[in-house]
Amino acid sequence: MSIQPANPPASGTAPGSEPILQARGVTMRFGGLTAVDGVDLDVAGGEIVGLIGPNGAGKTTFFNCLTGLYPPTAGSITFRGQRLAPKPYRVAEAGISRTFQNIRLFPNMTALENVMVGRHCRTREGLLSAIGRGPRYRAAEREARQTARELLSFLDLDRHASAIARSLPYGDQRKLEIARALASDPGLLLLDEPAAGMNPRETLALRETIFKIRQRGLSVVVIEHDMRFIFNLCDRLVVLARGRKLTEGRPDEVRADERVIATYLGTAPGTAEQEASDAR
Amino acid sequence: MTTSSSLSTGQTGATGLTSLSRATRRRLGQGAHPLVGKCLIALGSAAALGSTFLAWTWTTAFPGDLTVTGYPGGNQLITLFLSILTLLALAPALVPGGLPGTRWMAPRGSARLLRGLALANAASTGYVVIAIAWELGGVANYVAGTWIAGASALLAVLGAWLLPDDDHEPAPARPTPRWAQVVVVFVVVMLGLLVADFGVTTGFSEEFIGFCLGAGFAGRGLAASGLFDRFSALTAANRTATGCAVLAAAVSFVFLQSSDAYTSVADNILIFATVALGLNIVVGLAGLLDLGYVAFLGVGAYTAALVSGTAASRYAHVVLPFWAQALIGVAVSVLAGLLIGAPTLRLRGDYLAIVTLGFGEIFRITMNNLDGQSGPQVTNGAEGEYGIPDLRLFGYDFGRPHTVLGHTLGRFGNYYLLLVLVIAVVIFIFARVDDSRIGRAWAAIREDETAAEAMGVHGYRFKLLAFGLGAGLAGLAGTIQGHLTSTVTPDQYTFSSSAPPNSAFLLAAVVLGGMGTISGPLLGASLLFLIPDKLQFFHNKQLLLFGIALIVMMRLRPEGLVPDKRRRLEFHERETAAEEAYEELVADGLDGADGSDGLDELEAGARA
Repeated sequence: MSIQPANPPASGTAPGSEPILQARGVTMRFGGLTAVDGVDLDVAGGEIVGLIGPNGAGKTTFFNCLTGLYPPTAGSITFRGQRLAPKPYRVAEAGISRTFQNIRLFPNMTALENVMVGRHCRTREGLLSAIGRGPRYRAAEREARQTARELLSFLDLDRHASAIARSLPYGDQRKLEIARALASDPGLLLLDEPAAGMNPRETLALRETIFKIRQRGLSVVVIEHDMRFIFNLCDRLVVLARGRKLTEGRPDEVRADERVIATYLGTAPGTAEQEASDAR
Repeated sequence: MTTSSSLSTGQTGATGLTSLSRATRRRLGQGAHPLVGKCLIALGSAAALGSTFLAWTWTTAFPGDLTVTGYPGGNQLITLFLSILTLLALAPALVPGGLPGTRWMAPRGSARLLRGLALANAASTGYVVIAIAWELGGVANYVAGTWIAGASALLAVLGAWLLPDDDHEPAPARPTPRWAQVVVVFVVVMLGLLVADFGVTTGFSEEFIGFCLGAGFAGRGLAASGLFDRFSALTAANRTATGCAVLAAAVSFVFLQSSDAYTSVADNILIFATVALGLNIVVGLAGLLDLGYVAFLGVGAYTAALVSGTAASRYAHVVLPFWAQALIGVAVSVLAGLLIGAPTLRLRGDYLAIVTLGFGEIFRITMNNLDGQSGPQVTNGAEGEYGIPDLRLFGYDFGRPHTVLGHTLGRFGNYYLLLVLVIAVVIFIFARVDDSRIGRAWAAIREDETAAEAMGVHGYRFKLLAFGLGAGLAGLAGTIQGHLTSTVTPDQYTFSSSAPPNSAFLLAAVVLGGMGTISGPLLGASLLFLIPDKLQFFHNKQLLLFGIALIVMMRLRPEGLVPDKRRRLEFHERETAAEEAYEELVADGLDGADGSDGLDELEAGARA
């Protein structure tokens, strides 16, 4: 994976590597509601970053801004030194891929077809070559099928290759979403609650899978509510609360941070002040 | 048992009738010896077969002349054919343990096949028996043959319903050499041609209705027995051979015709079907609702007509060869498609339907007004372009009869062959694009546009591509249509009228036939053209009946006559789940004496 020489490393980045993703002041307003308010995020190559926060903190909205699903009201997102246009297909082409909080597979397509759709933006065959089926088209199609099969076996889904996506067990559907996201050869993978609905054994296997994904050279940003899972997985944690970045740091630092505990439990001293300032 | 009842309580649909009849049948079937049922079928079918050689009425007032004793005629031919078919299907079942080598005839059990065939025979024969009394004014018009025919067809149905259910999963097909598979495909396709030929060339409404009833119920029986599935597996494994067989069958249709009378019907069906296939790209593959699609046919037809040298055209002095007309026609249609699509395809859902509906009307009214009074004289207004000369390709004049292989091809025969070629090209394009990166992108957009875009699919671009491609194919059909009808008027391209092709019928052909499939729109277009054409007596009630038929169809079989694999899943989520649960139960060995009631309910739930 090539990391293009980009802007100087910003604060909060793991030492020694340059950020491939730089989000600066990302703000998303829906009418009077500010869902995400000036959030900065840097992700270094090969880093696993956890994005945590209570419900309604704006985590998924932030993901949607990163992937172009929502054009942010303000702020900029730079990936590998290039500013991203707020269009989902451009973001996918640039190398950011994602999964969804509530599974959004193509339910009536087979598992293999789902992954092959993920390969879409890395192939270029147009209408005429699809009709003509020249050697180049066939090579590209073979390559896409091959990659899709490899990814299915990477996520241990090969037995489901020709099964309809909807018929897969829940945990496998989540894994299939990851396989589909990996098919576009991304540099950064955004996982939105990948462990939701998984049993402890599946969660453990998922952690291994994410480590293996990192070994392929990818950076990963994970939203998750399963704290045990996230603290054992991530190099760095970013805590969002009410649309703002509360703090970030190594898992042990964040765990010890009183403000984080306060946000989740809402009982610690200082909460009232925080709330008052938010209300303004 | 507990599992099954807990599952069945969840299914609170309309269980009443179906479960009752199924349960009754099972009980009856268990009570009566299976041989009784088989004997009744044999007796009934044989008697029905025999009755076709008798007279069915004593006046020649009933169409088809059923007064002749000695050989069958008119509707009797259908009864004769169905009786023979039933007896053929029954023969292996009469031998205890089954006749070796005939297992393929009913992969999922012969009871369903026999029920379908017996019902087909009874429906077709019964219809004629009733029609004789209805049209000629009373039962006094019956003779002995009529009574025998009616009673024996009913007897066969009774026998078929006494048969015990022998429903089972189809055994895997025996491996057969490739050449044998190809031979089977060719033979079946040719038999299909003969059936289709019979339907197209039926001379009067009664014969056509009898044919439809017979073919419909027999088709259901064949599908239920698993024969269709087996055949479609065969065609999927031999796609090139299937394509060749269908092409050969389509070409040989014209050589079965002694005159041009029915070839012109076939020509119109082919144009209708070609446009329906083009619309299926837009509606079935990309999931965009287009309510003004016939306008693209009109764009092609008008464009070709304007430069064909007709006197009514403003550009009468421009006479281009047909290939140039076709190219320009397609190009202008694609352009029109892109022009309509570009601003509207960014919207989702209903907006597109409304805009396309508007486009259809704009096209028609514009063509009406370019008459020299309301606007510049281009299209000759409501009178349209008339006197469009016949096609000429490589010196082959489509207007003159030609003798090919000792058979004289009339004007419509010439156009028929060209249209077969065009529809073959359209099918080829459809199949290839569907099974490609583009087809997958369309399916993804249809299923979940947001997710598709997040995976890198440029939704707008691919929707526009579908729109343009569909428009182009309709335009291509239009360029030929202008020459075929020799007149192009604005009124041919309305949203809805009592005769196809119009936008409403096109959409109906796609939905009725089966969205996203190739054979679906072909079947849908054939039916929607033939039914108004053959049943002239409906006159102004046609649209009413058509609407009722569509409502019934959407209630009972929303995925269309030829369902796409994915669509079937979309529409029958609950049934599929119930079926799977049922299969699990059966696999668990619960199919015992006390389990059967629960299974009945479960099955009924699956049908609800």
